[in-house]
Amino acid sequence: MRGIMAVFKKEITIAFSSPIFYAATFIFLVVSGYFFYTNAIIYTIRSFQAGQNPFLAERLNLSDFVVKPFFGDMAIVLLLMVPLLTMRSYAEEKKMGTIELLFTYPISDGAALAGKFAASVFTFLTMLAGTLLPLILLETFAHLDWGLIGSGYLGIVLLGASFIALGLFTSSLTENQIIAAVLSFGAFLLFWVIGWAKSFAGPTLGSILEHISIVVHLDSFVKGLIDSRDLVFYLVFIFFWLFVTLRFLNTRFWRG
Amino acid sequence: MIIAENLTKYYGLKPAVQNVSFRIEKGEIVGFLGPNGAGKTTILRILTCFLQPTSGKILVDGLNGQTHSLEVRKKIGFLPETVPLYDELTVKQFLAFSGTVKGLSGNALNGEIDRVVSSCSLTEHRERRIRHLSKGLKQRVGLAQALINNPPIVILDEPTTGLDPAQIVEVRKLIKDLAGQRTVLLSTHILPEVSQICERVIILNQGRVVAEDTPRHLTGQLQKGLRTILLVDGPPTEVQAKLESLRGVTRIVASHPGGEILVESAADESLRPLIAKTIVESGWGLKEMRTSDLSLEEVFVQLVTEEGKD
Repeated sequence: MRGIMAVFKKEITIAFSSPIFYAATFIFLVVSGYFFYTNAIIYTIRSFQAGQNPFLAERLNLSDFVVKPFFGDMAIVLLLMVPLLTMRSYAEEKKMGTIELLFTYPISDGAALAGKFAASVFTFLTMLAGTLLPLILLETFAHLDWGLIGSGYLGIVLLGASFIALGLFTSSLTENQIIAAVLSFGAFLLFWVIGWAKSFAGPTLGSILEHISIVVHLDSFVKGLIDSRDLVFYLVFIFFWLFVTLRFLNTRFWRG
Repeated sequence: MIIAENLTKYYGLKPAVQNVSFRIEKGEIVGFLGPNGAGKTTILRILTCFLQPTSGKILVDGLNGQTHSLEVRKKIGFLPETVPLYDELTVKQFLAFSGTVKGLSGNALNGEIDRVVSSCSLTEHRERRIRHLSKGLKQRVGLAQALINNPPIVILDEPTTGLDPAQIVEVRKLIKDLAGQRTVLLSTHILPEVSQICERVIILNQGRVVAEDTPRHLTGQLQKGLRTILLVDGPPTEVQAKLESLRGVTRIVASHPGGEILVESAADESLRPLIAKTIVESGWGLKEMRTSDLSLEEVFVQLVTEEGKD
């Protein structure tokens, strides 16, 4: 446990002293903020229209028009930003040779990986915390459904953690950060769109593809439903990629 | 105690280390000596559990690194060849990380940081970022992380490469100071370093152990008989002919630098007065006469080239 904490602390110190984290957070918040702003503006325009249209006014609510789309938009921005948070994790250690220290210190590969994963999730949460600001501002004008928001954030955190697990794996494959980032971005995108093949893949394969599509499982969280199947999907996805990373790190023994 | 038995490591189809066996007792300072690519780093990496051997094994205090990796790693402080450090951390942060991973915490951790910082003369640099340190200082930080938590075995892979002469002297002194309490293993291709620091040398070439002994014994073993260097005031060819005629002289090298003549002879002490007498009686001037031992450089070159011929 002490080893995990030491790695966690080291990773956090390095992450917060690197400009990558600040650049990624800046862009993430600007783009998410822009999405939020446009959603809010559209909502305002609809509200004016609803003045003349009682039918529209009935269906108009902040949750459906601002909050739910906000989570969907955030997921897209995460697709682009999470590779930047994980790309250096193992790749940089390999390039600088510090991996030799990490692997010869008395700490198991699993504990080191746990520390790295926890640190990436922590930096991700720090980044995500900034997105609470527009919601808090909105709360001052209207009443928001914080249960729905909580469930949406849970989904986003699980999605982000899944991306991080996969990103750590691609980072362990190479000593080049750019390649690690490109690989993880490509892999995220594939897991995102793989469900689209459902329409032509036949009933059995189609349903499998739909279920491994990473973003499908976000829908229920965004709707405010915490479905155990979706929860389990994300947890399995995270542990699967952490496990594969660990197995891959072990291959150093016979690859030399 | 470290015992290596028939250690073999292949990188793909290329053998890096073949059938290497050695034994290092507690408290010894042992040098691995060899040209680049001889397999020194590979052996140290296997010893530190970074790599696993293709066959054979290394036992550290009876523990096999393949099955008891963490226990073995706890006993070892390692400075890799490239001196990898986390550039973004300060010296203190980095040492705190190393110390914590090695099992220290609280006051014990702070005490150990203070100890290694002062023994590696880093006190005034402890709050500086590693990125901003000079190469020599980085080397000392690398040494400090290897020494934190006082490991019984210290392994240093080419610890003086890339340092300036003053820093080299300093690092060598530090390594010598480690002796006694700890087992120290260092690899190098700098020969004087070995004869200055190490009690025992293991010479490697092309992945095999070519020789293993104390630096003194090694030179003694390979030196066939006595070597005497003469500086004679007289006609060189005649002097050479006269010396060659003496009984017991095995070889004469006249082209020694500075007009000196190197006489190799059987290990018979009585020959030297005879040489002196012969020269004086011939009417030449004997300006200088001294014995010469085979240097470790010569031993090394001899061993490595002999190996190459096989």
